[in-house]
Amino acid sequence: MKAVITVLGKDNVGILSKVSTVCAESGANIIEVTQSVLQDMFAMIMLAEIDNTNVPFDELTKKMDRLGEENNLKIHVMHEDIFNSMHKI
Amino acid sequence: MLETKDILETINMIDNENLDVRTITMGISLIDCIDSDIDKACDKIYDKICLYAKDLVKTGEDITREYGIPIIHKRISVTPISIVAGVCQTQKILKFAKTLDRAADTLGVNFIGGYSALVEKGFAAGDYALIESIPEALSVTERVCSSVNIGSTKAGINMDAVRMMGKAVVDAAKLTEDQNCIGAAKLVTFCNAVQDNPFMAGAFHGVGEADCVINVGVSGPGVVRAALEKANCGNITEVADLVKKTAFKITRMGQLVAQQASQRLSVPFGIVDLSLAPTPAVGDSVAHILEEMGLEICGCHGTTAALALLNDAVRSSRR
Repeated sequence: MKAVITVLGKDNVGILSKVSTVCAESGANIIEVTQSVLQDMFAMIMLAEIDNTNVPFDELTKKMDRLGEENNLKIHVMHEDIFNSMHKI
Repeated sequence: MLETKDILETINMIDNENLDVRTITMGISLIDCIDSDIDKACDKIYDKICLYAKDLVKTGEDITREYGIPIIHKRISVTPISIVAGVCQTQKILKFAKTLDRAADTLGVNFIGGYSALVEKGFAAGDYALIESIPEALSVTERVCSSVNIGSTKAGINMDAVRMMGKAVVDAAKLTEDQNCIGAAKLVTFCNAVQDNPFMAGAFHGVGEADCVINVGVSGPGVVRAALEKANCGNITEVADLVKKTAFKITRMGQLVAQQASQRLSVPFGIVDLSLAPTPAVGDSVAHILEEMGLEICGCHGTTAALALLNDAVRSSRR
């Protein structure tokens, strides 16, 4: 199963590295990354394979929530199916 | 491949526009719990509800975590109690309400609906006793919801029931005066009641339904309003088109959640109901949608047309 990780917030040094570190620690394999910086707003979307993670899904979500709080970012970890069902027929 | 704009749109709907799954409601038939001995009937009801819905709350929470979509309520609806109580020759009908309340408390669901009677064409055994007991039932229980269907397009309106329900609403409010009259808020008087409604307080599990079924209610007035606001539509055809598309997306999300819940609980999936009922959140109201469509103020000329358009779009995306 794949998860979509979205990161929104003010641009800062090392956001990508921090988020990918948490992914690596949890055993989530990042397949795709797209990011854009509009003025000083940062938006990143990652697609990660989470079948072989070493922590349960909700633990990964909690880790990302904590990271988001510490760095003043909004991080969502969601199952890709939700986007597929809403935007594709 | 997923597109960035679609992903951000969904996240924005959830974060800022109050999109959520309002409720996962498990409908449970109590027909096989009918017994002429009220104590036995209540035991069977309690056991059946607790067995079928034991994982309901946990499953709802798991799906919320996994999919990132808030599921606000997990609830249960049951066969109208007047049908179950009809064979018990007893006046102690309140015991059914207390049993439902106890089951809801054990399972951690916040409401259980079905302390109901269907009397649109006349009263059957048990209906009188049930309607008369409603005010007290709602005041001595915390989680039980009650509804009575007093009319239908086909059968007309049962005027005796209207009189009884008028009294029941006032009494239910009076008996719960110290709790903001919550009794009346847990009571619905229907015409054309739907048998598979997932929304409280009017949910009950119709007699034509399966033994157990999962129904899901999705809420999205804020999303529809925001979509209209952003698009700044020029004419009524564009407005209708946009409302349809938005309602479709919301319904698909509900369908996904319903399918997941139904799979995990091994219970058949019933319906997804898209509600435009408002929440207390600012901007989450139907009147705002109508005004966003171009009405100067809700209630002015064109309000009925705008509402009909909205209803039509929502109905066509239901399944």
